[in-house]
Amino acid sequence: MKDTDVVFKALADRSRRTLLDRLHERDGQTLTELCADLDMSRQAVTQHLDLLEAAHLVVTTWRGREKLHFLNAVPLQEIYDRWIGKFERSRVRAMRDLKRRLEGTKSA
Amino acid sequence: MPKSRFVYEIYIAASAETVWKALLDGEFTRQYWEHDNVSDWKPGSSWEHRSPQGVVRLIGEVLEASPPHKLVLTWAEPADRARRDRHSRVTFEIEPMAGMVRLRVTHDDLEPGSKMERDVTQGWPRVLSSLKSLLETGRPLKTWAR
Repeated sequence: MKDTDVVFKALADRSRRTLLDRLHERDGQTLTELCADLDMSRQAVTQHLDLLEAAHLVVTTWRGREKLHFLNAVPLQEIYDRWIGKFERSRVRAMRDLKRRLEGTKSA
Repeated sequence: MPKSRFVYEIYIAASAETVWKALLDGEFTRQYWEHDNVSDWKPGSSWEHRSPQGVVRLIGEVLEASPPHKLVLTWAEPADRARRDRHSRVTFEIEPMAGMVRLRVTHDDLEPGSKMERDVTQGWPRVLSSLKSLLETGRPLKTWAR
């Protein structure tokens, strides 16, 4: 599988996206911290983290005996550069703003 | 409040020596980072991140330099040159892996919620993606174009 396929596959799961959101909120968490308040078994979280790590969306470092997980946004940036950057950002932004206005939500 | 830390990784099809040079050589950094990194890169020396017009945007001190594998710098606003307590720290680690190199950038000692934290967390993915593009295709990304 190509690198990009692995990243899209890793993102194609709500639980894994939740884990990335949690790391975005607070980077450098342990497995135990990531499992807190989640409706997932520790084993399931471990498997999801392994997949995210294989896609390089999560990188880990050790602090003593604790493994810390960090969100690595670089593969997302590469997808952005490849798939959005080349399609003229300003036009994409204008479309998004229009969609928000039409849907009655506040424009960012 | 504890300082924050971020870790970024990218795999690049290039030699460790090339990646090392690409991080430190102003001629190189100008192409993918739109700034020159300037220093003699010896431990204890200062370094600067300068715009093409010569405006100094970032400064710091070289803490460790083990070419072509590890470089540790302090990282701060020019106004904080003398305020070492306000310097954050960046560690570059270049490790050859299966015909490629893994470049890991660890940015720590950042003030949580600061402008610097926001700038670097938005900046590193763009810088690294652009670096990879330059080294693998010969073309940097117009990542700062708006």
